[in-house]
Amino acid sequence: MRLALALASLRQHRARTVLAVLGVAVAAAMLLDMVMLSSGLRESFRELLTSRGFQLRLSPRGTLPFDTEATIADATGIVDTLRMNADVTAVSPVLGGQIHVPRGDGAVTAFALGVHPAVQGDYELLSGRDALAADAMVVNDDFLRATGAHVGDTLVVAGGYNPQLRTFTGERRLVISGRARFLYLSSGQNAAALPLATLQGMTGHANDDGVSLFMVRVRDGGNVEGVRRWIAAHVPRVEAISIAEAMARVDERLSYFRQLSFILGAVSLVVGFLLVTTLVTVSVNERVGEIAVMRAIGVSRAHVVQQILLEGTVISLGGAMLGLGLGVVTARYLNTILSRFPGLPAAIDFFLFQPRAVWASLAMLVAAGILAGIYPSARAAALPLARTLREEAVA
Amino acid sequence: MTALLSARNLRRDYLLEGEAVHAVRDVSLEIAPGDYVAIVGPSGCGKSSLLNLLGGIDRPDAGEVAIRGQRLAGLGDRELTRFRLHNIGFVFQRFYLMPVLTARENVELPMAEAGVPPAVRRARAAELLAYVGLAGRARHRPPQLSGGEQQRVAIARALANRPALVLADEPTGELDARTGAEIIALFERLNADGTTLVVVTHDEELARAARRVIHMRDGAIVHHEVLRARA
Ligand SMILES: Nc1ncnc2c1ncn2[C@@H]1O[C@H](COP(=O)(O)OP(=O)(O)O)[C@@H](O)[C@H]1O
Ligand SMILES: [Mg+2]
Repeated sequence: MRLALALASLRQHRARTVLAVLGVAVAAAMLLDMVMLSSGLRESFRELLTSRGFQLRLSPRGTLPFDTEATIADATGIVDTLRMNADVTAVSPVLGGQIHVPRGDGAVTAFALGVHPAVQGDYELLSGRDALAADAMVVNDDFLRATGAHVGDTLVVAGGYNPQLRTFTGERRLVISGRARFLYLSSGQNAAALPLATLQGMTGHANDDGVSLFMVRVRDGGNVEGVRRWIAAHVPRVEAISIAEAMARVDERLSYFRQLSFILGAVSLVVGFLLVTTLVTVSVNERVGEIAVMRAIGVSRAHVVQQILLEGTVISLGGAMLGLGLGVVTARYLNTILSRFPGLPAAIDFFLFQPRAVWASLAMLVAAGILAGIYPSARAAALPLARTLREEAVA
Repeated sequence: MTALLSARNLRRDYLLEGEAVHAVRDVSLEIAPGDYVAIVGPSGCGKSSLLNLLGGIDRPDAGEVAIRGQRLAGLGDRELTRFRLHNIGFVFQRFYLMPVLTARENVELPMAEAGVPPAVRRARAAELLAYVGLAGRARHRPPQLSGGEQQRVAIARALANRPALVLADEPTGELDARTGAEIIALFERLNADGTTLVVVTHDEELARAARRVIHMRDGAIVHHEVLRARA
């Protein structure tokens, strides 16, 4: 009967209830987006880092992977050293650089990765064959579009280009053997992957056998931290960072995001709370006579309080349901806008949909809805019966 | 015979703008089972204040009310609410039904609060509505009913938990003469069927329907009048 009364009271003022529910829905959508934003980037980075199963990344001491143009010389020697550790199951050396495809008066420039295709962790082959031959390369769709080439075509590709003089250096004829999606690149960036030795030869690293980083896979159940320390001792020229450490650095850089989303989320929660409090308070004020009569004829204080709390809860629950749907839709929309954010891998999501985030937002909203009913229900419970009946009879 | 309700030396003062208003002064009275008492007097003489004390809606500054031997002063707030639910039916000048509930649901409300199972309370609500002559209006909401009809629903609601005593404060106060007369007839029938009634009124006709009339002035009882002996 209390639920029936609560629902009936809300139905009585349908327009008002609908507006309040919509208001709460907007606040809920905002809250959900902020909860998704606060953990989305982080989770999405983690997924990206763990997706290929390489737990350690080695970069020139004092730098982060690809942060600088610094390289590590004698890659083959380092790979041999790393293989000596029984816990290391794969080592993938990677050289980052640029390649240029002469087109018209100028050149199409692409980001290039020199890898050992058998152990690489940077791209997923979509069609065709991997770049196993010395003169093969796999490229992404942006590259194909920019050069007008197709899989199977042979291109002249240069490792160096001087735009003033329009001269090319380190030229090779390479066959496009396949199409690939590059995990760590931002969208719209032309990219190609070719055998490490080929790219080294084109970019002047043939003699020093230089690479930008290594990715190291530790066997399942192996001690990642132990391997990291072993590498620090045996290959002092590199800095080994684990995913946990990388995440800590990412966290550090993302702390602004988290603070921002925390504050905006809290603001939307407060807005929802105030909205429900206002509505329920107004509704209680309109009904003081009815409430006093209920109390007079023997309805307990607890039941009056429950009924009013229920009204607030129903509004916030209704608004939350609607708002969570709205939040998911807006998050998806914002994600597509932000995925074009320059310098970030396209695979990174700002708003990551996690059921936990939805439950957390729902719980916070319902809690706020219940709290919102506390003031008006306390007022209703404290009504002086005789005086209220008298004042209402006169009014 | 033991009284159903006994009030001794009741006093109720209000503080109004720093001045004490003596709304009820030293009132004692007894009401026997099956009685029908009207309380009359000029406006502001303390009738409503007295009725609220008798029904446990308000607490006296001095004196004591006992109903069925239970001293109301001995009950805490929660117990007093429970006591009102089971023992006293209230009818107010304004009908004060829940506008969002149907007539039947309004009558069911006190039974639901008392924990009566839905099927039982639905049947009893239908019975009570038939008793007050509203058998066909069970599904209507208060705004769809006339003043007299609303007051009948309120009377049916007051009877829901088979109270020992029904207290009514100006039950015809907002009704026209003809509708008022119907309510008066209903009260007479109620009393004839065994309900103990205390009615505050300044409706002459309603007062004359009672067995006893208590005249009040300035918060005190000034005259007892017996119109009819109890059957
Ligand atoms: N809650 C209250 N606060 C202050 N004064 C009150 C209150 N209730 C009643 N009074 C005063 O007590 C007196 C009796 O009021 P009431 O019992 O309502 O009289 P009646 O019902 O006979 O018209 C009046 O003077 C009224 O102004
Ligand atoms: Mg009065």
